[in-house]
Amino acid sequence: MRDTGTKKHAALAEEFIQDKEKADWHDGALWWIRQKRDMQANQTPQWEELREAASAIKMNVITNLHTYLLQFEANLKKNGVKVYWAANADEHNQIVYSILKEKNITEMVKSKSMLTEECNLNEYLEERGIGVINSDLGEYIQQIDNEPPSHIVLPCIHKRKEEIGALFHIHLGTEEGLSDPTALTRVARKHLRNVFLTRRAALTGANFAVAETGEYVVCTNEGNADMGAHLAEVQICSMGLEKIVPEKKHLAVFLRLLARSATGQPITIYSSHFKKPRPGQEMHLILVDAGRSRLLGREDFRNSLKCIKCGACMNTCPVYRKGSGLSYHNTITGPIGAILAPNLDMEKHADLPFASTLCGSCSNVCPVKINIHDQLYKWRQVIVKEGYVANSKALSMKAMAFTLSSPAAYQAAGKTGRWVLNYAPFAINNKFNPWYKQRDMPGGPKESFGEWYAKNQGKKED
Amino acid sequence: MSSREEILQAVLHNQPESTPLPDMGIFKVEFEDIVQKYMEIFKSIGGEVYAVHGLDEVKTMINKKFDNNKRVITTLPALNDIAELFSPDATPHSFDDVELAIIKAPLAVAENGAVWLTEEAMGQRIIPYICQHLAVLIDEDSIVASMHDAYARIGAADYGFGGFIGGPSKTADIEQALVLGAHGPLTMTVFIIK
Amino acid sequence: MTVGLFIPCYVNQFYPNAAKATLQLLQKLGVDVVYPAKQTCCGQPMANSGFEHLSQGCNDLFVENFAEFDYIVGPSASCVLHIKDHLHSDHAPEEAMIIREKVYELVEFLTDVLKVDKLDARFPHKVGMHQSCHGLRGLHLAKMSELVGPPFSKPEQLLNMVDGLELVTLDRRDDCCGFGGTFCVAEEAVSVKMGKDRVIDHTKNGAEYITSPDLSCLMHLEGILHRDQSKVKIIHIAEILNASL
Repeated sequence: MRDTGTKKHAALAEEFIQDKEKADWHDGALWWIRQKRDMQANQTPQWEELREAASAIKMNVITNLHTYLLQFEANLKKNGVKVYWAANADEHNQIVYSILKEKNITEMVKSKSMLTEECNLNEYLEERGIGVINSDLGEYIQQIDNEPPSHIVLPCIHKRKEEIGALFHIHLGTEEGLSDPTALTRVARKHLRNVFLTRRAALTGANFAVAETGEYVVCTNEGNADMGAHLAEVQICSMGLEKIVPEKKHLAVFLRLLARSATGQPITIYSSHFKKPRPGQEMHLILVDAGRSRLLGREDFRNSLKCIKCGACMNTCPVYRKGSGLSYHNTITGPIGAILAPNLDMEKHADLPFASTLCGSCSNVCPVKINIHDQLYKWRQVIVKEGYVANSKALSMKAMAFTLSSPAAYQAAGKTGRWVLNYAPFAINNKFNPWYKQRDMPGGPKESFGEWYAKNQGKKED
Repeated sequence: MSSREEILQAVLHNQPESTPLPDMGIFKVEFEDIVQKYMEIFKSIGGEVYAVHGLDEVKTMINKKFDNNKRVITTLPALNDIAELFSPDATPHSFDDVELAIIKAPLAVAENGAVWLTEEAMGQRIIPYICQHLAVLIDEDSIVASMHDAYARIGAADYGFGGFIGGPSKTADIEQALVLGAHGPLTMTVFIIK
Repeated sequence: MTVGLFIPCYVNQFYPNAAKATLQLLQKLGVDVVYPAKQTCCGQPMANSGFEHLSQGCNDLFVENFAEFDYIVGPSASCVLHIKDHLHSDHAPEEAMIIREKVYELVEFLTDVLKVDKLDARFPHKVGMHQSCHGLRGLHLAKMSELVGPPFSKPEQLLNMVDGLELVTLDRRDDCCGFGGTFCVAEEAVSVKMGKDRVIDHTKNGAEYITSPDLSCLMHLEGILHRDQSKVKIIHIAEILNASL
């Protein structure tokens, strides 16, 4: 997989913005999805109550996860599903590999699963001689381009159709210059149908898993999860611990919210409830921790386990829209990725909670009411305390805090040339200051308000 | 200690004090004309829908709309004059050449246009996904307003597999341009039987 | 009723006219206003950068300066929100919590406390309203576009009382401008792109002025407008509401 190396969000986003036409298109495309989401929200009675209920159900799951996991496991077994527990990505990958090896399977088809992206499953299996093909069209495109998905719902939203056409020309032998979305989709349909028909194993993720019944629900628009699962003799589901919902009736709340929030559709085309293997088939389900139980213990951040991976926070986030998903150098991108990533690797992802203006739009569109922007603020505090910011920044903050804590120092600084000039990011008029690169600084007035007040109003009152 | 024990122990240790589940009774969705609403929504998601008066009308329309030189299968014995009755013993792969599958759904949802199908209704799980075109029959009185009503109707019924299907398969992965027929059916037609 | 006038540091230094307009407007409306001379800053620059633990001195000073007033009013949604959400003091914990309740951004003080229903102001221009995110989503000064509910806008309610003023309709009425405190330099490219896109929305819809209850947003937008030699100006909402005939 092509790697973004050690570059941080700011640098990667800046690279994306260089192509202005493409950046504007990206921004507009995501904004349009946000608008479609708004239309659905406004047309759905009791929308805000639905969000509230979804949030409360997920809170109940977070606070009773132990019980629900045991109940879910027992029901899975009753249904004839083989259950595995994986503490981390490695263990998860080993389990998948051992299931396939047991059956001498060397090729697998996979529908969208952010968890397996997080685990780098494809690379792991490929190194051991097992080929994996991603069947979601967007993920397939990303796979042939050797790039991770930039968006959890729209994996290649950062690519123009001409770029995709060029990839298809190389990998699928389409005519050079072909870039019509329908024509390209038809080519992929034909190619991937053959994949579905020839793979003995299919892996899916899970959107929801019902403790009460042991069934799990997979939502796709393309039908790729079903095409894979119903044709394969071995069906594997990889799911994070947090995907549980208590009872089947709770699915109503989530299925009403998910697609409306994600793409502005009233429901995903396919919401498939997998419960038992079909005759002659094996079903395996892997419950994966990979940092989730640790997140459960972080009081300020455990709410993020409510996430149903709709991507609404990405579509609305102006930083995401302008700078694209790949700038987040993490499997889950955007605002939700920026609060999930530090739990996994704080040092590597120390920049992500700062890749936000804290505008708060993400929290407002979130169907399960995760306080995303509050968590971004709180992660910043943790990251600073843990020492993952540059020393120079810490020193200037200390100096600033000193000046601002002392009226005398503040006023002295003001008189000797306005203290803000020393600390405010926008104040130094030279080419090394990022503020000044594309913006001018405010003009300096003759006197501050405080000085004016002391001369005029202050005297009146004395 | 196994990973299972380790994970469960960490979860138990880290989960905070229990909070209650919300009242689901507050969600009421009502439509003046539920059939009309269903039809309106289903069309808006790229489906075709017709209100018909019986199976004869369905047969006529299917013969007119679809190429009956190609393979047409059904789960409904009453339609065996226009379609081949599916075989429960066939391999799922053998349905790859199905042009049209005609099945009957026990339930449909007005708020989103989806039909609910269990594997019993599908014949085989793969059928409504692998066919090039899907036709679904529903009785007028099997349309409910919302997903809440739908799950209430499904209740504790057991099934190995069940799914909501809300229109032809689609993708917008390439530049957000909507394309009907991603991996599943290119079209979906619903016949509401009055 | 005595109001403590909270003039955030950068407003004090760079936009004294907005501060004067705030003071004069409140006085015109019959409010007794005092400006505590020893005030410095709300502490937000440190806190939003992850250094909330360094803002204790600022917090204590804020409590010291403002605890005595019936209300505290400031012409900056962002700084007011920071006080409302984060002010705490180990020396005077109760006072700090009381201040959180009685601190108001200017617009909400006019609409919710003074319940202003008419203004003696004239501003015959086309004005684009920039919703500051902290004012909007933090202080709920207007209905947020993401939420479902009845529409309202406290700033527009006041602007509609101004003679001759015409509000322009924006394509994206509450998208963030990209200032974001240190974000504006740490993420310079994204910040400027966001700012430029906001400016385009206002200019293409005919705004002569961009106004807001938050000068930090406006300072950023002004920087972009000025660099592009645009004729469009920024103006704090207090200056419009205080604009005389």
